[in-house]
Amino acid sequence: MDGITPDLIILQLFTGLALGAIYVLLALGMSLLFGMLTVVNFAHGAFYMLGAYIGIVLLGIGLNFWMCLLFVPLVVGSLGLLAERFLIRPLYGRGIDYPLLLTFGLSYMMVECVRIVFGTQGLPFDTPELLQGASDIGIGYFPTYRLFVIGVAAMVLVLLWLFLERTPYGLIIRAGARDPQIVRILGIDVGRVWLVVFGIGTGLAALAGLLAAPLQGASPEMGNSILAEAFVVTVVGGMGSLVGAVIAGLLVGVVVSMTSLFQPEMAQVSIFALMAVVLLIRPQGFFGRAGLMS
Amino acid sequence: MLKIENLQAWYGPSHILQGIEMQVNKGEIVCLIGRNGAGKTTTLRTVMGLAGRASGRVLFEDNDLLPLPTHRRNGLGLGYVPEERRIVQGLTVRDNLRLGLLAATHKRRESDVISEIAEIFPRLAERLDQDAITMSGGEQQMLAIARAMVSQPKLIMLDEPSEGIMPVLVDEMFALFAKLRDQGTTILLVEQNVELALGIADRAYIMDQGLIVHSSSASALLADEEIKERYCSV
Repeated sequence: MDGITPDLIILQLFTGLALGAIYVLLALGMSLLFGMLTVVNFAHGAFYMLGAYIGIVLLGIGLNFWMCLLFVPLVVGSLGLLAERFLIRPLYGRGIDYPLLLTFGLSYMMVECVRIVFGTQGLPFDTPELLQGASDIGIGYFPTYRLFVIGVAAMVLVLLWLFLERTPYGLIIRAGARDPQIVRILGIDVGRVWLVVFGIGTGLAALAGLLAAPLQGASPEMGNSILAEAFVVTVVGGMGSLVGAVIAGLLVGVVVSMTSLFQPEMAQVSIFALMAVVLLIRPQGFFGRAGLMS
Repeated sequence: MLKIENLQAWYGPSHILQGIEMQVNKGEIVCLIGRNGAGKTTTLRTVMGLAGRASGRVLFEDNDLLPLPTHRRNGLGLGYVPEERRIVQGLTVRDNLRLGLLAATHKRRESDVISEIAEIFPRLAERLDQDAITMSGGEQQMLAIARAMVSQPKLIMLDEPSEGIMPVLVDEMFALFAKLRDQGTTILLVEQNVELALGIADRAYIMDQGLIVHSSSASALLADEEIKERYCSV
């Protein structure tokens, strides 16, 4: 335990928050899709991976990183719209396993397509110049880019919250998540809302992938491992709960980074240990509604 | 206004509605009565597009409803308050009302609607920012009716509005239905509280085992003890 100072622990806490911010963006999308559409989206990791690769393409045609932050979610979100409209929509009302299997297969196809186009080797992804280096956060220097990731996630959260709580569309989404039938009875086309939700969910995944790319590069498999972790976050937070996704995302990020400080080899295991403990105490997760799956 | 011809409906393999014929004219309160399981709720749900498979014809102001999805039927001016009220959990009274207003064809200012609601349902106006699900059953029923009314439907279908509500409130509610009719809203009412319902209704249909077995004016039925005994006693 030599060399572990309080400052180091606090810096590691920030590392955990940066990692957690990526989890939050992914889990928010998954939770939206599950809470509203009861779609367990196994392609969520693939949309995340696509976010990084579309970023590489857009950078290649001359856009800068800041424009990518806007256009990558738009491009991938549009692909998400197409997937909902033509692949997933016909499966609504057929039980939870149909869209699950479909998105599982879809993710394999997406990963394979990326392998064909970009090669099986990962690609490097440079941190934008302005965000290179480290910043003094009072207790020591911390990578600027990681601070930026935390900031972007916080901003997205605020925007999403305003959208859900303050707009008519958000009202329909909140009501539709609880009781889609009464929303239809009141004259609203829920199907169109679901389409938009799918676009938002996949767009958020893409944004997470783009933000993660400078930290770890882009590889066709980058979505696979993080998908399992994002599922843990969604389950721990309570499936369908957005607040739960945020809190569990940050918590899982911090647990992983703290474990890697003290017991690096246990970092991966710690995620699932956390999930097991939470599920033993609260089977529906922090903010989940009991019996959602029944 | 609403014309139902040979309406049949199935839930899975069960043949629930076996050829319903009925009609609701503009400006009427029509009461649909019958024992539990007679098919009253299924009739309303089928008109709204919420039941399983259906055949026959449902005409609403010359529009054939059966091929239309539920939200389009609302758009034509058809309101529906289901038996379970379906107040959305986690939304305030105000948000529940807003939800009713969102799809309204003639856009109205929210503040106008709220002040209108306050006049008819003072209890709701006092609780606008309360989580709607925490209100009493009667208040929730008022909210469900108000939510269906804010889009100013031409015809509103009410399923068992008096169920589980204090008698004082029930009288108040039925007085409101009569007032709504006088203001031009047509009402199709399913109700267990037969005497009370017939008291405000113009006409009535009696259902039994998925069929309309009797129809008459409300006043005639109110006086006909034998029919009431045969089809309405529990």
